[in-house]
Amino acid sequence: MSEKNFETLYREWQEKTRELLQKYPEQKERFETLSGLEVDRVYIPDKPGKRETESIGLPGEYPFTRGIRPSMYRSRHWTMRQYAGFGSAEETNRRFRYLLEQGQTGLSVAFDLPTQIGYDSDDPMAAGEVGKVGVAIDSLEDMEKLLKGIPLDRVSTSMTINAPASVLLAMYIAVGEKQGVPSDRLTGTIQNDILKEYIARGTYIFPPQPSMRLITDVFSFCGEHVPRWNTISISGYHIREAGSTAVQEVAFTLADGIAYVEAARSAGLDVDRFAPRLSFFFNAHNHFFEEVAKFRAARRLWARIMKERFGAKDLRSMQLRFHTQTGGSTLTAQQPDNNIVRVTVQALSAVLGGTQSLHTNARDEALALPTEESARIALRTQQILAHESGVTHTVDPLGGSWFVESLTDAIEREAETYIQRIDEMGGAVAAVEQGYMQREIHQAALETQRKIESGEEVVVGLNRYRLEQEAEPELYRLDPALARKQVESLQALRSRRDEVRVQESLERLKRGAAGTDNLMPLILDAVRSYATVGEICHSLRKVFGEYQPIG
Amino acid sequence: MNRPIRVLVAKPGLDGHDRGALIIAQSLRDEGMEVIYTGLRQSPAQIVATAVQEDVDVIGLSCLSGAHNELFPEVIHLLQKEGADDIVVVGGGVIPQTDIPGLLEKGIAKIFTPGTSTKETADFIREAVRKREETL
Repeated sequence: MSEKNFETLYREWQEKTRELLQKYPEQKERFETLSGLEVDRVYIPDKPGKRETESIGLPGEYPFTRGIRPSMYRSRHWTMRQYAGFGSAEETNRRFRYLLEQGQTGLSVAFDLPTQIGYDSDDPMAAGEVGKVGVAIDSLEDMEKLLKGIPLDRVSTSMTINAPASVLLAMYIAVGEKQGVPSDRLTGTIQNDILKEYIARGTYIFPPQPSMRLITDVFSFCGEHVPRWNTISISGYHIREAGSTAVQEVAFTLADGIAYVEAARSAGLDVDRFAPRLSFFFNAHNHFFEEVAKFRAARRLWARIMKERFGAKDLRSMQLRFHTQTGGSTLTAQQPDNNIVRVTVQALSAVLGGTQSLHTNARDEALALPTEESARIALRTQQILAHESGVTHTVDPLGGSWFVESLTDAIEREAETYIQRIDEMGGAVAAVEQGYMQREIHQAALETQRKIESGEEVVVGLNRYRLEQEAEPELYRLDPALARKQVESLQALRSRRDEVRVQESLERLKRGAAGTDNLMPLILDAVRSYATVGEICHSLRKVFGEYQPIG
Repeated sequence: MNRPIRVLVAKPGLDGHDRGALIIAQSLRDEGMEVIYTGLRQSPAQIVATAVQEDVDVIGLSCLSGAHNELFPEVIHLLQKEGADDIVVVGGGVIPQTDIPGLLEKGIAKIFTPGTSTKETADFIREAVRKREETL
């Protein structure tokens, strides 16, 4: 394409953006530097060529390399969504309200491991784990306590839950009903990404095939009843934490995304019906430019996959929207205050990469759950980037940098090569079953460890600039009585509820699982009767079986 | 001792983060040891049963979920019940400094905190097994 074509595109983009901004204005009339120099919405090359026209483009335009919206943070900052959850529902509710008072703009729920793996707090498998890495949710009653006083029509909530995602979503819908908020007004995200559990994170319950069915049942149910809900957050985060490279993070995440789209299409869903509700979740590590380029490359690659491979027509189906969390595994237990600096660099890469929401890790997370003070500093880090750094004044500030564009191309190319290899193996589900991604990630993790131990990769405070003596920082301590109280309140609920109704709803769920109907209405019914997460998941285990990882 | 040191690397509880466990397993193999990895979600009873059956010299426990104070001592307790408490038990993961003295008191030989090199871990294990051989 010629120079003139880019100019035409740019003129059309300006026109569209002007109209759009009449409806959704920018935060200021004029954006300027501290010296008073005006900052433009977007910067473009003097002599645009084919590359600018086709692969870089303009923000808010296919292939979305420069971001999914034409004005990005000039109109609205990303959602500041700090992940929190520990102990009981009441205690987590207090932390949520604290974070909302401090200016956080979305909730993000961390569940404990028994909840994530579908065990009740009194199950022998839950011993020692109740309320540890997140909040313990056994029944709708706990969910009511967790969300008490939080208006579900005004707050968007992200829930990090995968194997039992449909159960926790059903509980959220049921709490909405009790608050008088109809399901079509609920906004938020469930992670609901089972493939990355087999690949990297380990909190799976069922084998891949029934797991994929639960996911497509959620897509289809939400399409009809919870249209503003993000039905999946396809997660590279855990893949990266398990040790992958940035390229592998993009490749394996998008390969998983392809598998979900294919599963939904085989279940008879139209791509443009569910694809606009797919969202993604990435990591941000320390290698600043590679991270920025990674986000840009992922966006472009997904846009092309959706358009060219799946024939999506709706532009929203092609837009890769993503949440970012800074890299937990990059934090050091040594000199924990240094982690504040790491988190700042990582968060900046996510912002320059165009993230839609962000979690910044707290400085003490290599040691324990964050204290209230360290959780606040982590949130303040985002607020400083948003309000003081000026990087939000222009869209995609690094676009057009020779280095960044070239890295973006390289990451896209290498990720595509991986995706082709996974296609040849029969897709992501087959590749997971053969342990392919797991092996690739493990190799990369070993390589990183080797480089750190040899000193080839410097980790400040760990393999260089160590201190002789380190003071142990004040750490968050969980009240050990919480787990016992949780078990007591669960048992009190069991003796109080309508047991006949519970058992009937579980029987219907089992029959449904053996058939092909959408399971969401049956799960909702069980949840409303105060059946527990463990009871619902055990009912499904009886029909679906449990996943056994390969040697 | 003429045969190679045998190590069971185990993930007690429900924590699914096994990057550290897998790295340790591979590094100890590279150091010439025989390593068995249990996989995820092992109860203390399962870990002890495997350790006895496989006749290991060392159990390495890895836990990042904060459940170490419950799960690690339970492994020691069950080893004692089985009369297999000559097996050296070491642990690692996200473990606050303040928890370490209590764990050592209960019979864990060493807690490796984040940032420990794999060489350091291997050296410790070799030395602990050598000392154990002397006392047997």
